[in-house]
Amino acid sequence: MLYDRPPMRPVNRTPRTPGNEAPISSATADPIIEFQSVTYSVKGRTTPLISELSLRVNSRETLVLLGRSGSGKTTLLRLINRMLVPSSGAVVVEGKSTVDWDAIRLRRHIGYVIQEAGLFPHFTVAENVGLVPKLEKWDAARIAERTNELLRIVGLDPKEFAGRRPAQLSGGQRQRVGVARALGADPSILLMDEPFGALDPVTRSELQREFSALAQRLGKTIVFVTHDLREALLLASRIVLLQNGRIVASAKPQEFLRIDHPEVKAFSASLHTVPGEMA
Amino acid sequence: MTPWTFMVTHRAEIWSAMLDHIALVLIAMSIAIVIAVPLGMVIVQRPALRTFALGLASVFQTIPSLALFGFLIPIPFIGGIGPRTAIVALVLYALLPILRNTYVGLTGIDPAVLEAAEAMGMTNAQILTRVRLPLALGIILAGIRTATVITIGVATIAAAIGAGGLGTFIFRGVAMVSDAVILAGAIPAALLAILADVLLALVERRLRVQ
Repeated sequence: MLYDRPPMRPVNRTPRTPGNEAPISSATADPIIEFQSVTYSVKGRTTPLISELSLRVNSRETLVLLGRSGSGKTTLLRLINRMLVPSSGAVVVEGKSTVDWDAIRLRRHIGYVIQEAGLFPHFTVAENVGLVPKLEKWDAARIAERTNELLRIVGLDPKEFAGRRPAQLSGGQRQRVGVARALGADPSILLMDEPFGALDPVTRSELQREFSALAQRLGKTIVFVTHDLREALLLASRIVLLQNGRIVASAKPQEFLRIDHPEVKAFSASLHTVPGEMA
Repeated sequence: MTPWTFMVTHRAEIWSAMLDHIALVLIAMSIAIVIAVPLGMVIVQRPALRTFALGLASVFQTIPSLALFGFLIPIPFIGGIGPRTAIVALVLYALLPILRNTYVGLTGIDPAVLEAAEAMGMTNAQILTRVRLPLALGIILAGIRTATVITIGVATIAAAIGAGGLGTFIFRGVAMVSDAVILAGAIPAALLAILADVLLALVERRLRVQ
């Protein structure tokens, strides 16, 4: 079931251990991103950031990578759009290893949302959202149409917001623009690195709920990084828990909390902590 | 003789010295910008060259201006008496503020913005021309403004090696022990510096992204 199709290229696979390979529940599952025994290490560090990790991301699922700071979740995200290249193993995106992709092509093909949005301060909202279509040399009318459509999708009135600069937006509005920009050229994959992490709790929960609905409507493959279990439970169709560059648990949200693993327990403890219990 | 009467009686001569002065500054600044801005872009990626270039430009700044003019005179091709040597010295002085501000402007950009630019699939050239340079423009211009004001002042000393300009009156006044003559060079030079500062501040304000 796990290997119902041959790997794209021969790779040295590590023996499968529970949790090292994510279970695939649906028979129609079709991997769009596949980590094949990926190790990523940097000079000057003895332990690799990612250790022989294998993972399949299925088309149209919302996979949440959960983990503490330094667990390797952002590294994993950056390996997908070739901002990083594996030290060994391969990351296969839509049937082709990222090293065989032209990096620019690959990135324009994948939406990317980061914390604080990273909007271009010298561009208007419309110019930010229309960036990738413009890089892809769409004609101006089509870009304008697409920009307006995307702003409406993320709940911003184009008439009011298209001409504004990022500095004239609230944190939540900036993050909405960040999502719209990532969707610019209608990518099939969306990578999100703690996109709601810097928002105040009320705005964050608003955006989480809206985004959850949006994700279902868009039908994109989403890989979402967070350290917030509550957010993971709300948004994920599957949660993958990382610790020290390895997968330690992988489950659907409703099954996740039942997993018997110390790191899962540590995360679920964070969920149940209320001020009264702290003392 | 009051400074005012001297300036009125010698207005044609002062005017022509001022034009010479402006020409010296404009030529020197143009050359300095053409060298320092691209060099600033290059050293962003090259730490070894960065240390060397910024260090060398700092060294030029520490040489007293009169000494620098003196040092250049015996050097073949660029030296000698006259405006050419003066321009070389002025360029060397103007390099540091432009180079340093270009570097600071290009590197002081929010990392999240650069990460987004890379992740959106912009090429390095596109990131430079569409993100880094536009965002750094205000700071680069601030460097050009500083350099221009410095150059207008230092250019008065260029008269010592026969380059002309408003310094001619200052040196003549010192020799004649005449405040009026000194001021006939010093006042227009100061006004020129203030004017350049104000004009470039206006341009800078328009280009700076908040």
